[in-house]
Amino acid sequence: MQDINVSVAEFLDHHGDEIVDAWQRRTFFAGRTGGDCRAVLNGVAEVVLAGRPEDPTAAGFDAIRDLLGEIAMDRIRRGETAAQTAVTLHDLKPPVVELWTSSRDGDDALPGALRLSTALDTLRLVAMELVGGESADLVEERQQLLELSTPVIRMWDGILAVPLIGTLDSARTQATMEGLLQAIVDQQARVAILDITGVSTVDTAVAQHLLRTVMAARLMGAKCVISGIRPQIAQTMVQLGIDLGDVTTRATLADALAYGLRQIGLVVAAADNH
Amino acid sequence: MTTQPVIRLDDVLLVSLHSDMGDEDAIRLQDDIADRVASVAPRGVLLDLSAVEIIDSFLARVVHDMAAVTATMDAVTVVVGIRPAVAITMAELGLDLGGLCTALTVDAGLRELRARDEVRDRERP
Repeated sequence: MQDINVSVAEFLDHHGDEIVDAWQRRTFFAGRTGGDCRAVLNGVAEVVLAGRPEDPTAAGFDAIRDLLGEIAMDRIRRGETAAQTAVTLHDLKPPVVELWTSSRDGDDALPGALRLSTALDTLRLVAMELVGGESADLVEERQQLLELSTPVIRMWDGILAVPLIGTLDSARTQATMEGLLQAIVDQQARVAILDITGVSTVDTAVAQHLLRTVMAARLMGAKCVISGIRPQIAQTMVQLGIDLGDVTTRATLADALAYGLRQIGLVVAAADNH
Repeated sequence: MTTQPVIRLDDVLLVSLHSDMGDEDAIRLQDDIADRVASVAPRGVLLDLSAVEIIDSFLARVVHDMAAVTATMDAVTVVVGIRPAVAITMAELGLDLGGLCTALTVDAGLRELRARDEVRDRERP
């Protein structure tokens, strides 16, 4: 009797077109070419032939590791969860196993189905392995980016500034607020400057976020100044009916610093020797 | 049931709040403070929130009311030691303490009191 590994590999080879056809209609390979399906199938066949369907480090899987990871990551970037991707990968198994069992009725039907099943389970493992590592990296990257985008700068002893750049959303405002308040505690700051020179647009939500930050900083006993409101933004704010209330505003960061220095009782004077 | 100490430092009342305080304790403290302010007639009141790690809308409201009551009774009121997390919660709840004076530490609060008092002294006939 022919070795079971060889017959399964031969089966995959002979029925390749049918399997590729079935796979292309599955969610996991949506938007992918037949070539990708074929590459994955060849990898599986190689692993089965080598008799190592349970080994994720087998040579056959090495060849398709990057491709699988790329497809899986692509799906996750489009908003799918890792669990959902794992389920779409599982969908690849039934067509292959069904095809195998319907074409065999001898003694090798069961062991062959088992080998195919094991190989495709390992395939799932190989694809998700990469996803686990990369999505953790992604989360960390996003966190770092968030921290990078909202630095709190010490302008003077007791004066802090946060230069806000780009678009403000809830996540960034939250990060800014937390960073600023913690810095106020750490540095015993008495004045906090929110500089919005680099903020491209202001809508009601952004204004609300800004006011909330000012309010929180005030509760901590710091005086809060908003500086760098550009002409267009000032116009938009007035048209939107956003009322900054009694929040102190200054034209530029320099003016805000001057205000802050005055608040903590310092004056800037020209040196005598000039 | 716990009693919150209202400490008298010269002519300043120092009230420390903490988060284990129940709603009833908070209400009782509010009455307590009003009574003490009436009897002692302090120059100022310091509400110290540095031991408050979490705050709910009720306690936030009580803090706001306490400060408003003492301010109405002509004692300069400074709320001190609000932690970042508490400040964020209060801002989210929209409680800005109605423009009341705030300071980072008890120390800074006392300085603030002194500064405000000088202004008031100057206004006296």
